[in-house]
Amino acid sequence: MEVKPPLPQVPPPVWGEFKDLQEWEKYHQERPTDDKTSEALTSIADAIQHFPGGWIVTTSTEKIFNWARKSSIWPVTFGLACCAIEMMATFASRFDVERFGMVPWASPRHSDLMIVSGTVTIKMAPMLKRIYDQMPDPKWVVSMGSCANSGGPFRHGYHVVKGVDRVVPVDVYVPGCPPTPDSLMYGLLKLQEQVAHFQQTGTRPAPAEPA
Amino acid sequence: MTALTPAAAAAQIQQHFGVAPVVAGGGLGVTLPRERWQEFARFAKNALECRYFNWLTAVDWKEQGLEILARLDNVEAPMAVTMRTRLEPGATHCPTVTGVFRGADWMERECYDMFGVVFDGHPDLRRILLGQDWEGHPLRKDYAVDTPQAPYR
Repeated sequence: MEVKPPLPQVPPPVWGEFKDLQEWEKYHQERPTDDKTSEALTSIADAIQHFPGGWIVTTSTEKIFNWARKSSIWPVTFGLACCAIEMMATFASRFDVERFGMVPWASPRHSDLMIVSGTVTIKMAPMLKRIYDQMPDPKWVVSMGSCANSGGPFRHGYHVVKGVDRVVPVDVYVPGCPPTPDSLMYGLLKLQEQVAHFQQTGTRPAPAEPA
Repeated sequence: MTALTPAAAAAQIQQHFGVAPVVAGGGLGVTLPRERWQEFARFAKNALECRYFNWLTAVDWKEQGLEILARLDNVEAPMAVTMRTRLEPGATHCPTVTGVFRGADWMERECYDMFGVVFDGHPDLRRILLGQDWEGHPLRKDYAVDTPQAPYR
């Protein structure tokens, strides 16, 4: 039986290991796509300048702020209905969105994101709006599940708001009844992409054209 | 003291109110005129020992008017009385039984909320589930579910 030697453990390269910026850029252009070690730097790589006499990273505050915002989205602890169970599972250890910097926070005043997880009734809508208004800008909303998207199975009920976008502006719609934690995580990652492109003017990027 | 049997209770109701209850197992169905609604509730509580007010609701029979139903349970005997009364078409007033059963308070409020039945003599007849500014009574058959409820529709 052939015994294979263990694969060498290659640490991710650091700045000092490159001869110059061109080599650093070349490495990052050629690196395998599943390399996640330096994704953060890639997102701001086009703003890095090589000045004579030293390594200087210049970037726009917008880019670095959005990178920071994207990496620490705190959703307000706010569950409306059965979707909240899936949302709690998403926050718990098995799916663990805390690795994306998302901490469910029990105060709207420190939160960036509201996950509308469940049916919004007409009686609840003003409270939802109040929580949204208490959150500081910039803030985002994820509409989770059929009920929050459109009213869902209760759309023809007398008491249900036919989509939470009639109350607050929504950035990401996650379909499902209820969405699995995987679906919600996909929606949250899509939101991170949006946040990374968020301009201080409040404009959001147009949806990407399907390939 | 022996527990009251459904047959004996039916006989008592027949004697006092002149209506023949429908007996099915331990359940008795009594259809009453609206004027004897309160009186029957008191009778069922005291004489038939139906001390547990289980539920109260209504049925909208469209042009035939509203029907109010309430179920009173005797918790010591396997017996329950379902009392019902029919309001005339267009009528919405019904006597309250809150004076007999405290538990009827919120159920009558809910019935008012959903069907628009005004319980005369109720101490605090407000909407209980929907907002105070709600227009209409959604479980009425003539309520359009797409009635706009500003500002969210």
